[in-house]
Amino acid sequence: MFSFILRKLATVIPTFIGITLVAFALIRMIPGDPIEVMVGERKLDPVMHAAAMQRLGLDQPLHIQYFRYIKDLAQGDLGISLVTREPVTKEFLTLFPATVELAICALLFAVLVGLPAGMIAGLKRGSVFDHGVMGVSMTGFSMPIFWWGLILIMYFSVTLGWTPVSGRIDIEFDIAQRTGFLLIDSWLSGEEGAFKSAAMHLILPTIVLGTIPLAVIARMTRSSMLEVLREDYIRTARAKGLAPTRVVVVHALRNALIPVITVIGLQVGSLLGGAVLTETIYSWPGIGKWLVDSISRRDYPVVQAGILVSATIFIVVNLFVDILYGVVNPRIRSAK
Amino acid sequence: MSLLKIRNLRVEFGSLAHPFPAVDGLDFDIDRGELVGIVGESGSGKSVTMMALMGLIDAPGRVTADELVFDGHDLLKLKPAQRRKIVGKDISMIFQDALTSLNPSYTVGFQIKESLKVHMGLRGAALEKRALELLELVEIPAAKSRLGAYPHQLSGGMNQRVMIAVAIACNPKLLIADEPTTALDVTIQAQIMDLLERLQKEHNMGLIMITHDLAVIAEMAKRICVMYAGQVVEQAPVADLFRAPRHPYTQALLEAIPEHSKGARRLSALPGIVPGHYDRPKGCLLSPRCRYAQDKCSQERPALLDGVRCYYSLNAEGESTHG
Repeated sequence: MFSFILRKLATVIPTFIGITLVAFALIRMIPGDPIEVMVGERKLDPVMHAAAMQRLGLDQPLHIQYFRYIKDLAQGDLGISLVTREPVTKEFLTLFPATVELAICALLFAVLVGLPAGMIAGLKRGSVFDHGVMGVSMTGFSMPIFWWGLILIMYFSVTLGWTPVSGRIDIEFDIAQRTGFLLIDSWLSGEEGAFKSAAMHLILPTIVLGTIPLAVIARMTRSSMLEVLREDYIRTARAKGLAPTRVVVVHALRNALIPVITVIGLQVGSLLGGAVLTETIYSWPGIGKWLVDSISRRDYPVVQAGILVSATIFIVVNLFVDILYGVVNPRIRSAK
Repeated sequence: MSLLKIRNLRVEFGSLAHPFPAVDGLDFDIDRGELVGIVGESGSGKSVTMMALMGLIDAPGRVTADELVFDGHDLLKLKPAQRRKIVGKDISMIFQDALTSLNPSYTVGFQIKESLKVHMGLRGAALEKRALELLELVEIPAAKSRLGAYPHQLSGGMNQRVMIAVAIACNPKLLIADEPTTALDVTIQAQIMDLLERLQKEHNMGLIMITHDLAVIAEMAKRICVMYAGQVVEQAPVADLFRAPRHPYTQALLEAIPEHSKGARRLSALPGIVPGHYDRPKGCLLSPRCRYAQDKCSQERPALLDGVRCYYSLNAEGESTHG
């Protein structure tokens, strides 16, 4: 098991180097630089421009800039925001919990609804329930996030007034940051109504962000279930005289979950990507919104760090999934 | 009283308006401690019959029978939960491809113990002891360490031994072996057959051996049942059947054994294939392929009389008895 994890870790290193290169190159390929963007439409004196660029170290050749960036990165320094002059790490740490909280809720929503729905649809193939689940998940998967988010706001927040429109918590609450997760912090604060407010703010973004993963998980679970139910070992299990529930839960489900776990891991990518849109729609102060703002400000260090961190999360989660996959599927564990 | 008595078993697939009978009015008996072979080419309904007996035919497949009596219980009249107390315990089955028939995600030990837990209520040390005993019974070397192995870590022959261990775990009265050696190479085949024969004798089990290879069961079975297109076409003691087949289909099967074609340039083969959904003959099901077929054969379906389903059954010289 240990060597399995080491083998997986070794494959991560080239991926990391690739990501730093891509992030570094892409943001610099966008026309304009931080100084031009800051100055806006006003006329910019070329001498001042050059001086400012030099101060930020942006006048150096690209490969020098890149190696300086890698050198700092190796020491755990993500740089300083060109706009706020705050260390990127510090900004990141205040915003990151908001994204994680939202992503975890969305993933839980997707798994808790998608997995059973897909399972039942697979077991009751061709039934009304099956067609319903497949139809809804197809719609969910095809829905543009920004549009779906706005529709939900219009109906539930504006028309019905059930949920707040945006933000993480009502402005009247001043919650001390302990874990960074508002659900937990507001609970710990003991302030009346704070937890409810935080929870209500979470509902719509959770649904919007969780919709695509939910659709993918439901469809994957269904098809995986259908495939497994046709296997010879299911016939064996039934020939043993096991009860139908035992056949499904013990013999089918475990095998059916193997591809689903991979898909759930891959959905973390979709959650991080979806967070950019969802956080923008709901003014959710997380790294998705931070990244979007930084791109338009050409805040190179922030964009580089944001992409790197998102990619790292994706890699780590999928590494974890690979390990979990080995736990669930004994055939993978022993594969050399 | 026989251990298993099947009368007029029908298994149909397809729509009610155009049913396809995979098993068409099958009668079959087996006694305690008896070893019966069922032979027939692919699509003759051998496996489907046994699946129906095990209760493994799912909708839209339909199973009907005048009698499907095992050990005094009419299986078709039992509630599913009651039937499951018999299936897997008193009747059990092993399949063709042992590797795919074992669950890849669980250890061999788990899969053997599962039946013991569910049917015998064994727990703890007694369970462990019985599982080990079973692996030793099916002659798996280093049995103790193999309990923790996964199917993919064992060879095909070993997996089939595990399947057998699972099947005989609860001392069944009837064991059905559905082409248990087809996926194995010849030396292993012989070992598995010897094992099955030994277990059958030692435990006085009824054993139904399904195969399309007559040679495989010639030396083991006392009685052979030849199936074609969902029907039993001939049933006879093994010696009689080999010496003087009475049904043209049995004769053709015997001729197709390579050893019987010595000196010939080509293997003898029966032309055509088993009739499917849309080309099922009105008369005798073999009539389109039968070299002896007469007009009557394509008009009316013969019944199974005195162990043979043919109007013009063959005599001892292998000649048709018409005219």
